[in-house]
Amino acid sequence: MTKEISLEHVWVEFGEFTAVQKANLNIAGGEFFSFLGPSGCGKTTLLRCISGFQEPTRGVVKIGGKDMKGVGPNKRPTALIFQNLALFPLRTVADNISFPLEVRGVDKKTRRKRADELLELIALPGQGDKKVSELSGGQKQRVAIARALAVEPDILLLDEPLSALDLKLRQHMRTELRSIQKQVGLTFIYITHDQGEALTMSDRIAVMNKGKIEQIGDGKSIYDHPTTSFVASFVGENNVLDATVLTNDGKMMEIDAGLGTPFKVESHPAGGPALIPGDACQLFIRPEALKITKDENSINQFDSQFVSEEFEGNMRHIVLDAQGKKIKLSLINDGANAIGPNAPVKLGFAPELGIALKPGELASA
Amino acid sequence: MKIKSPTSMVPGIYLTLFFAYLFGPLIIMVITAFNSSNFPRVSPWECFTTDWFGKLVADDKLIEGLGNSLLIGFGVVVVAIPIGLAAAIMLSQVGPKLRASLYTIFIAPILVPGVVIGLSTLIFWDRVGTFFDAPYESFFYDGTFLTIFGQVTFIAAYSMLVFLSRIQRFDNTLTEAALDMGATPTQAFVKVLLPFMAPAIGSATVLAFLASLENYNTTVFTIVSSSTFTTVLSSKVRYGLDPSISAVAVIIISITLIGAIIYECRNRYHSKGWGMIIAERPVLKYATHPGSVAAILGLLAIGAVLFIQNYDSSACTAQILEDKRALQQKLMEQQQLETPKQSSPAPTTPTLGPLGNDATSTAPSSPFGGNAGSIFSPENLSGSSNATPAAPSTAPSSGGGGIFAPENLTGNGSD
Repeated sequence: MTKEISLEHVWVEFGEFTAVQKANLNIAGGEFFSFLGPSGCGKTTLLRCISGFQEPTRGVVKIGGKDMKGVGPNKRPTALIFQNLALFPLRTVADNISFPLEVRGVDKKTRRKRADELLELIALPGQGDKKVSELSGGQKQRVAIARALAVEPDILLLDEPLSALDLKLRQHMRTELRSIQKQVGLTFIYITHDQGEALTMSDRIAVMNKGKIEQIGDGKSIYDHPTTSFVASFVGENNVLDATVLTNDGKMMEIDAGLGTPFKVESHPAGGPALIPGDACQLFIRPEALKITKDENSINQFDSQFVSEEFEGNMRHIVLDAQGKKIKLSLINDGANAIGPNAPVKLGFAPELGIALKPGELASA
Repeated sequence: MKIKSPTSMVPGIYLTLFFAYLFGPLIIMVITAFNSSNFPRVSPWECFTTDWFGKLVADDKLIEGLGNSLLIGFGVVVVAIPIGLAAAIMLSQVGPKLRASLYTIFIAPILVPGVVIGLSTLIFWDRVGTFFDAPYESFFYDGTFLTIFGQVTFIAAYSMLVFLSRIQRFDNTLTEAALDMGATPTQAFVKVLLPFMAPAIGSATVLAFLASLENYNTTVFTIVSSSTFTTVLSSKVRYGLDPSISAVAVIIISITLIGAIIYECRNRYHSKGWGMIIAERPVLKYATHPGSVAAILGLLAIGAVLFIQNYDSSACTAQILEDKRALQQKLMEQQQLETPKQSSPAPTTPTLGPLGNDATSTAPSSPFGGNAGSIFSPENLSGSSNATPAAPSTAPSSGGGGIFAPENLTGNGSD
């Protein structure tokens, strides 16, 4: 069974410090929902509000339509997977997994049976008698998940569970987590500062900054159509150019970024308040949206000079200089030769790939 | 072979001196337990004897004190460990400012002199008892009760320190995890925190028990009319030592050694390297099992006890006694020859026992237990007019010996 969660005007304050501001959102049953944001943005606090370790200062947390005020963490239908996993070091793997059953007074035989079932699910059959310390990082990860699933919670909360793993394992665990979620059909609420994790696994993502939810949407809409400067600069790489709006007819805008001919970009009516002529704005162009062009007459083109190149196997990351502004360009490695030092490069981008937003806080790199 | 340079030998010499300093007194003490001399000493060696153990067992006051000590130690552990654990848990959960001041308060009893704790405990409970108009048989005036409470005040602080160092390594998310998975706070405490604290509870228990057992300066006030092991020992030191104290030391050292050996064997047995070595050698596996080591040591201990019970050194001690009598006889004859017959009435029997009561059974010779012991013993004081010091050179006449005797004083006054 899955239950929906709704946060209504949730505020969390610690003295003077506001950890969460007016969080409003609904998470549907069975959804894989991620909170993405830099550390200290309040995502863990929000998770603790849902799991019951933190009472919101204001606002309501509802699980399955029921107000959770005053309901302790041990009475909520949630299971939390901690950042450090919090496996009990003195217990065996099976005893760890069956701990939630043990505290509910389930007899030993049933406990053991359930533990074996779950070990089967997480692909660690017959390892129940091992000590936790004998497991590898990825195995511990899976044991933590099995333990959380032991009492069949309605909602599984995961607090950056993969951050301690190495890259390869992290990528492997992403797919694994996703498949476990599909298999058990639970609501997963996932906290991460790693956009790759959020984008690959989630049905929907909420991007948070300084306690505020900046944007909620699926991975593609967050990446392709960010609505705030923070989201645009935090999710993925982006080139930022300060610019001024010249015209805006609701579908297309003309903006001057001080790089020759004014650029034409699509205006995104969904992206908050509309920009009117004369407004200052920030133009975001993804490194992979930029193309090297030879055509003198194509739109949205500007001149730049080669500065340096980073080679990453499948991709080439090139840094260019356009009238004193640093521009990053990512090209697929198609075997082309490197660009010579200080060589002039003409760049261009499609109008739908440039995003003009109201100036706002950028994510610090 | 290379000749070692003097500087490279320094650590070795240092270690030797260090261990000699540490264990020298213990070794001496153990040896004295088997010397038949009435005072605990190594030389002159008289006879190998195990009689002091028998004497120890027959010493009702000491046995009673030991019983009280064990009871108090048990009581202290039962009260101090929960208090110390609670204090440590509290310190680990409050904010840094409160923690600093609480820590100072909790630790204060360690810094207060034991004498002050003993006196204040005594006075406090006496006041409380008076307030409630309690009779003198009530626990307000009971030595065991007062001693437990007096010792708990600072032993709880000791155990808190032990717990604190362990609890600082506790990951609080484990408790949160337990709560999240449906455990009640009590279950989280019992199933998660307590098992983690188990080693610290073990060591704190041992520490608290030993601290209670060996405590003197608080206990001496709070024990009132009763006695503990330490107070009995201290009164023994004051009123005359005999090697049965060394026998106590031998027993305590043996118990400690046996415990330490078994513990160490257990650790080695469960270590990874040893596990690999004994994997293919079943005989070694059983031989080094801590259980079998304990059994061997237990058999040795039983053997030692049987030996002590059955060893008879009376022949040797009788011989020594005879030698001493002969020597004394010789000395006295010499004295009689050297001194004019009319000047002093020579005693016919030597009454200089080392310990007053034992005077007749063994010969005198101890510098402390001998002459010194008899000087302070009341019988000698009263009878000093007719007692003569053994060494002839220091006792030219009976008049010198009787100067300080009260009878002589009054006699002088009447002149």
